Amino acid sequence: MTATSHTPGAAANDSHSGSTQYVTVFIGGQLFGLPIHKVHDVFVPESMTRVPLSAPEVAGVLNLRGRIVTAINMRRRLGLPQREGNHGIMAVGIEYRGESYGLIIDEVGEVLNLDAAGREANPANLDARWAEISGGVHRLSGQLMVILDVERVLGRMHGDLAA
Amino acid sequence: MDDLLREFLTETNESLDTVDVELVKFEQEPNNARILDNIFRLVHTIKGTCGFLGLPRLEALAHAAETLMGKFREGAAVTEEAVSLVLQTIDRIKGILAELEANEGEEPKGDDRDLIAVLEAMAMAEATPRKEAPKKNHKETAGTLVAQVLERELRPGEVSLDELERAFRETAVEIEIPAAEAPADEAPAPVGIDFARVAAEIEARMKQANPDGKPEKTKASAEEGEAEAEAKSEKGSVSSQSIRVNVETLEHLMTMVSELVLTRNQLLEIVRRHEDSEFKVPLQRLSNVTAELQEGVMKTRMQPIGNAWQKLPRIVRDLAQELGKQIELDMIGADTELDRQVLELIKDPLTHMVRNSADHGLERPDDRRKAGKIEKGTIRLAAYHEGGHIIIEIADDGRGLNIDRIKQKIVENGLASEAELEKMSEGQIFKYIFAPGFSTAAKVTSVSGRGVGMDVVRTNIETIGGTVDLKSVQGKGTTFTIKIPLTLAIVSTLIVESCGDRFAIPQLSVVELVRVQNNSEHRIERIKDTPVLRLRNKLLPLVPLAGLLKVEVSTGKSEDEGFIVVMQVGNVTFGLVVDGVFHTEEIVVKPMSKMLRHITMFSGNTILGDGSVIMIVDPNGVASAISTAVTSDTLESHADTDGARGVENDAKISMLLFRAGSPEPKAVPLSLVTRLEEFEIEKIEHSNGRDLVQYRGSLMPLVYPNCDVRRREEGTQPMLVFSDSGRSMGLVVDEIVDIVEEALNIQVGSDVPGVLGSAVIKGKATEILDIGHYLPLAFEDWFKRKEISSASLTRKLLFIDDSAFFRNMLGPVMKAAGFDVTVCASATEAMRQLGEGAAFDVIVSDIEMPVVNGFEFAEMLRRDARFRQTPIIALSALCTPASIERGRQAGFDEYVAKFDRPGLIAALKEITSADYGIAA
Repeated sequence: MTATSHTPGAAANDSHSGSTQYVTVFIGGQLFGLPIHKVHDVFVPESMTRVPLSAPEVAGVLNLRGRIVTAINMRRRLGLPQREGNHGIMAVGIEYRGESYGLIIDEVGEVLNLDAAGREANPANLDARWAEISGGVHRLSGQLMVILDVERVLGRMHGDLAA
Repeated sequence: MDDLLREFLTETNESLDTVDVELVKFEQEPNNARILDNIFRLVHTIKGTCGFLGLPRLEALAHAAETLMGKFREGAAVTEEAVSLVLQTIDRIKGILAELEANEGEEPKGDDRDLIAVLEAMAMAEATPRKEAPKKNHKETAGTLVAQVLERELRPGEVSLDELERAFRETAVEIEIPAAEAPADEAPAPVGIDFARVAAEIEARMKQANPDGKPEKTKASAEEGEAEAEAKSEKGSVSSQSIRVNVETLEHLMTMVSELVLTRNQLLEIVRRHEDSEFKVPLQRLSNVTAELQEGVMKTRMQPIGNAWQKLPRIVRDLAQELGKQIELDMIGADTELDRQVLELIKDPLTHMVRNSADHGLERPDDRRKAGKIEKGTIRLAAYHEGGHIIIEIADDGRGLNIDRIKQKIVENGLASEAELEKMSEGQIFKYIFAPGFSTAAKVTSVSGRGVGMDVVRTNIETIGGTVDLKSVQGKGTTFTIKIPLTLAIVSTLIVESCGDRFAIPQLSVVELVRVQNNSEHRIERIKDTPVLRLRNKLLPLVPLAGLLKVEVSTGKSEDEGFIVVMQVGNVTFGLVVDGVFHTEEIVVKPMSKMLRHITMFSGNTILGDGSVIMIVDPNGVASAISTAVTSDTLESHADTDGARGVENDAKISMLLFRAGSPEPKAVPLSLVTRLEEFEIEKIEHSNGRDLVQYRGSLMPLVYPNCDVRRREEGTQPMLVFSDSGRSMGLVVDEIVDIVEEALNIQVGSDVPGVLGSAVIKGKATEILDIGHYLPLAFEDWFKRKEISSASLTRKLLFIDDSAFFRNMLGPVMKAAGFDVTVCASATEAMRQLGEGAAFDVIVSDIEMPVVNGFEFAEMLRRDARFRQTPIIALSALCTPASIERGRQAGFDEYVAKFDRPGLIAALKEITSADYGIAA
């Protein structure tokens, strides 16, 4: 899931055909899609432990069936306002460089099988924070789905902290 | 690579390591036939196995080496060159083996004719040209050995399991030897594990029945018997009781047990919430079983440290040759066990340090002779347990570190300026050899001197939570002391709460817990916003965990109520303020996610019994956050552990800075101060020619440090309160400035009463007040009253301390406690006094003293019958369990911290009254 180097105007189609399955999620009302092979599970985060002194995006650590998972607050990661109340939050479990992470989102949607033809590069005017972690946009009927690039969501945080 | 070959590689590598060691021994004891037999057998086995597996190159080499060693067995002289040659051959074999392993079982191309030719030439030159000779000799040795060994081996009933297991394990050996060696009269079938066994057993029984008689066997079967029997003598006892297990399997087992422990903890937690649960009893059993299992698995990970030392004799021998030195390697405590993970990590540092000792530490024989030492230098390796830690010492009796060279290097490398060096103690300067890129070797040898080394050694040791320290005496030698934890896997922790979050603190660094409340005996006091706690007449710096972790302080709860976890890191003691303390729990440390690893305040995280995740507080991180000085001084602090000389100047003391009468700061040791108070001016009363305040239900006299201190006209008057035995004195000051922790080094003495002298504190010349002078000013009988009460009991006390400060401070204290005190400035002075026949009822001695330290002094006293019964109390700035234990071993009856005046008095009372009890 690398960044496409196309300029927005020229990026009508990805050259290769075929389709990808996406797990869709909602964060702050926006539809996002994660490639299904990246998603290990979807769970309800419970009894999260705060980690003092950590990056603001780190929501905490929690126990998921005996594994310690680092939870990332996606709203904060995307610069969105915090949700009021704590009801019904969900998390998407992913593996990154041998470690378990949970992306905290508002809601999980359905699994979509999307044709690569419907995919476009990030619009040039997309918020920099979003463009940084978006792997492109899919045109769906009635709405747009932003593709979440897991490597970049976590990689940038890793990089920032390592530096 | 097939299993057989892999097994062969493992086995052979081990055998070769043993040969290395044995050969070095052999060189020293050429007449020890047993060692030679061992070597011969090992090489022989290798040869046989190689033939069987179709590895001609190895076989040829091993054969040539075997032939040469055969000559030794016949009695040929063992020369250094010959041993070197064999070692060289073994190195070549090792090289081939390594390639073999890398190439997945393909023997590398190459030619060993050069080496074989030399080996053969030497073998020819060594002795008789008769070809059969070695083999014949062989048989004879075999005969005696077999009889001796089998007698022990075949006690009735010992055949069953052992035999079976061995049969499995030694399959390779037993098949190969006949296949490669023997034209087999007894026809050991190639697949016949059983045959081989049976054959050997029949043979054995026959020999046992007829121990002296020569068995009527062919040469071949005798040889087979020999291999068999020697295998027994060597392996029988050990290997039949042990099996080879893949390390990964063990690691996995360990992980699973860790998980089991966690799950057990979870279950316990659930049951704890339900009274009268029927699960209770079975769970208790599960708990016990888990604990035992955990212990058992931990044990499987334990390995004798000797495994890490195995290669050292060979290394030292080679070094000795290369460097033209004579070196003896002394290894003590090789069976001390530690976790294999830890073992792996210290292997390289150890090897490096031994190399260093051999290269830099020990002198050449002629230099040693000139220095009046025996030509042979000694490197001593010692390992032993000490309270959950392993101590490893690497000592040489060489020239010691050259302090001038080190200083020069430090300056050259820009690590410190000459001026800074001037102020440093020897110990501090030595520490620089652990700095990156530091090497004092005048010339770079192939061994060391490349400047990559001691810093890597230190880093490696520190990554596993260990410490390294050194002592060096010019001309006498250098000793490195490594202290490492037994295991890294499971830690006992204290679970605490702060602002609604729970944290785990490793028990190892927790000294005690104190509950503080506003109206209780223990309460948090503040000096210029710095919270402190008065604990047994000492002031303890406090730091709230919430503040440290920058979690918002929840309102409602009083800041001054909660618990204080008193922690000790190195020689720094501080109190961590938390809201609540729960229980202790054994946890399995799990590494933090990379995203969190930059947070130095935590060392890891884990899953608790209730299933939640908890962060583990890193005491080192906390300590360094409290004072950045702590980390930079950790090295120094370890120096204290061994009573390193010249420590006096380094020991940090908390000093209370204040102003009284003049703008220059004054100071007293914080630990002497009982309280800091401010009184309303109106409360200060004047009576009988002196100022008094009503304080805690009695009148407290106020004392002015000098006539320039004026009582304030309005507002409040700050003062330092000193209390002892229910009496208090207020020392009036103008302003309390700060609390600093600094090495106290009184540089200029003073003749002014009440002033001990001046020291540099925070870069300023500061007067250090002598509190002992002021106490009698408040109560004339401060010291006397006790003297009177105990006058009839006056006992003679000898007090030794090299620091004038402590002599002046503690001398009067002990006098006040009713002792007739004789003060000495050094152990030698004390010895002189004792030698002249002065008798003392009790001796109080400082530990950190130059020339003769406290430990040595006590040991000396204990050796003399006259002083064997005299109570001796150690007084030290450093009170760690290790140093206390050391003191006990040296013969001290008590071990008291230097500033713990009540502790000292209590110890004195206890000892002397016990004395009376006996006398009465």
